[in-house]
Amino acid sequence: MGVNDMISTFEVVRNEQRCIQCRVCETQCANLVHYYHPDTGLMMSDESKCVNCQRCVALCPTRALKIMKNRCRMRENANWSQDTILEIYKQADSGAVLLSSMGNPNPLPVYWDRILINASQVTNPPIDPLREPMETRVYLGRKPEQISRKEDGSLDTKLAPQLQLSLPVMFSAMSYGSISYNAHASLARAATELGIYYNTGEGGLHQDFYRYGAHTIIQVASGRFGVHKDYLEAGAAVEIKMGQGAKPGIGGHLPGTKIVGDVSRTRMIPEGTDAISPAPHHDIYSIEDLRQLVYSLKEATEYKKPIIVKVAAVHNIAAIASGIARSGADIIAIDGFRGGTGAAPTRIRDNVGIPIELALAAVDTRLREEGIRNRVSLVVGGSIRSASDVVKAIALGADACYVATAAVLALGCHLCRTCQTGKCNWGIATQRPDLVKRLNPDVGSERLVNLMNAWKHEIKELLGGMGINSIEALRGNRLMLRGVGMTEKELEILGIAHAGE
Amino acid sequence: MKPEGQVRIPSGCAISAMISKNGERMSGEKIIESMKPMHDRSNGLGGGFAAYGIYPEHKDYYALHIFFDSRAARMECETFMNEKLDIAKSERIPTRIIAEITDEPLIWRYFVLPRRFALQNSQLDEREYILRLVMTINTKLDGCFVFSSGKNMGSFKAVGFPEDVGRFYRLEEYEGYCWTAHGRYPTNTPGWWGGAHPFTLLDYSIVHNGEISSYDANRRFIEMFGYKCTLQTDTEVITYIMDYLLRRQGLTLEEAAHVVAAPFWSTISRKDEAAKEQLTYLRTVFPSLLITGPFSIVLGFNGGLMALNDRLKLRSMVVGHKEDLVFIASEEAAIRVMEPDAEDIYAPVGGEPVIVRVKEGAF
Repeated sequence: MGVNDMISTFEVVRNEQRCIQCRVCETQCANLVHYYHPDTGLMMSDESKCVNCQRCVALCPTRALKIMKNRCRMRENANWSQDTILEIYKQADSGAVLLSSMGNPNPLPVYWDRILINASQVTNPPIDPLREPMETRVYLGRKPEQISRKEDGSLDTKLAPQLQLSLPVMFSAMSYGSISYNAHASLARAATELGIYYNTGEGGLHQDFYRYGAHTIIQVASGRFGVHKDYLEAGAAVEIKMGQGAKPGIGGHLPGTKIVGDVSRTRMIPEGTDAISPAPHHDIYSIEDLRQLVYSLKEATEYKKPIIVKVAAVHNIAAIASGIARSGADIIAIDGFRGGTGAAPTRIRDNVGIPIELALAAVDTRLREEGIRNRVSLVVGGSIRSASDVVKAIALGADACYVATAAVLALGCHLCRTCQTGKCNWGIATQRPDLVKRLNPDVGSERLVNLMNAWKHEIKELLGGMGINSIEALRGNRLMLRGVGMTEKELEILGIAHAGE
Repeated sequence: MKPEGQVRIPSGCAISAMISKNGERMSGEKIIESMKPMHDRSNGLGGGFAAYGIYPEHKDYYALHIFFDSRAARMECETFMNEKLDIAKSERIPTRIIAEITDEPLIWRYFVLPRRFALQNSQLDEREYILRLVMTINTKLDGCFVFSSGKNMGSFKAVGFPEDVGRFYRLEEYEGYCWTAHGRYPTNTPGWWGGAHPFTLLDYSIVHNGEISSYDANRRFIEMFGYKCTLQTDTEVITYIMDYLLRRQGLTLEEAAHVVAAPFWSTISRKDEAAKEQLTYLRTVFPSLLITGPFSIVLGFNGGLMALNDRLKLRSMVVGHKEDLVFIASEEAAIRVMEPDAEDIYAPVGGEPVIVRVKEGAF
């Protein structure tokens, strides 16, 4: 019927006076938007294919291109937005579930932006991180309830396995397959240089990256792709993925087109088959089953590695976290509803789960009420966008943060939100060799290191302003936070006072 | 305005302490005098003292010092205590009527031991039993506040300048081997006697000068273990932390100091292997008990005291000696008042505890 052919989300604005028909835009665009018209000698565009990834804009040597929101709009309607209408057209065409990528883009509250941080004035001094030591090191893992001593009276320093982080941020799970070899290489190298950790995601660990194992968290998800003995032993910690913020309650789906070559070998599945992770782990239908998997993995790794259980932030998260803390897990990772993804059903991404700020506050409060906060460390993600988000998360009660969207942005991602197509022009969310090679891991890892070092500086500045000289003294220090423009209920859940109080 | 306990009030302060290593008992005269040159470090909204070895005739009993808002509150509290405690003696704490101290509550003391069967049924050790009882009175009974609960020691505090508080409580009539003192400079005026320092728990007492920036991190951690921070003061939370580390975890004073004023990681990395291992362990296990921001504290306990500065030394604190006496104060002037010929006066390094113990058997 062609009802949606005429409506493109974006328009390509080409300045003909600047365009020199060099055709860079054409070669750079995996979506085939640009093409050369031999009769007119001009560059043309098929705007309906444009995803606004800004690749052509960035590489156009004469700055001749702009990608704009299409000025051609359907008639305004506050109830039926154009996006909603286009989705209906798409489903009427295909009869299929809508797919999206990256985090929920809708204008739901971002609580980080309604929380403000304290600073010292008069009664105690701010501390200058350029002149005084300022510590950002944290240890993740179970802490003993009671110290014990050796026969000579000295402290018995044997501890459950701990992860040492130079700053309380880690790169969260993105599987090899959903992102490229070069993206993984960048993350692995940067994590090693920074003294933090990156996470394999559920796609196994490429043989080339075993050497970064000391800074790798390896993931065991419901599909168990690429899980074998060497894999379990390769990392510094093992993460059981129960859920993901972008798609709580469902598994994963990596299309067969991405299961090629090394991806197929690493996942230990045949080339071209779809990699479908089931919604539940089929050996975990309840909390007591989780305990068995936790201890199976501990046995397999000889109790040398902390076990992380990652869950999506859902309504009953406090009780769920309490159950996990009692199941033997060393670290709980909670992923908020804004967390990114390489592909998720749109309706789930945009409507399921709760904000990480509220989930974190509720979990930290509950674990403290039950006196078991010390049994586990708490890592939160989805979405942490800046050093100040990190500081707010730590003050609400997190031990550390997971970042992924920020990390891929550092690698060049422009958040066009079409990872699911596998045609990432920036070489990140793709397996096409010609696209993958656009991401240079030397540059990528350096940019990740830069980003984290920049955040570290900012964290130190914020800590110093509060008169705190170690991140440890910020953890759960909610008095350092105030809310603005929130209801009593929101403040109550966050456990913070309103600004002015 | 919200009363103290429902709002956090930053304070500046003066502290002072003296102790005899031989366990010689001294009157409260000198410690009161020591607060006078530091008058401007207080603003008249709180002062107090702790004294050790003052109740030798009742040294086996817990001495509960309690403020009551009214006679009815006292009756209710005594009924409650009678169920749980054997009370060997109860009396009003003697005071002197002076113009500088007003609005005093009813101030009583009780020498008590747990009732034997109640203690057995509780399955707690004696100290834990008393501690919980004190927590219950302070949080559940309106108008009652236990401000001292140790054996053979007591704290005395009020709203006023410390030297006036000392005269009010007639401290020159008591004799102790160790005295600590505190003058408070709160930044607003709740004027509640319970909010003055020292803060005590069993025989631990803390006088503190500073405003810690780690407060809520410390509070929310320690409250997991049955402590209730009802006053929202630094002193209260530091006292609970010390009780938790020393009594419940069984750390030594040095180890506890290395938790609350932990050496920087860079310092730890320069230590020998054994020390590195122990210090890393303490920081890994108790990160939430690191105290940041300025503080100088004197922790008193039966048989000694420990003085400690924050690790950046953001508050003044000096130490001096004379024969078996050790003096500690915010300012040297206070030490000179207590002992004009004090020797070896020095400012301890931030984070390095100064521990003084009375020789064995002398207290």
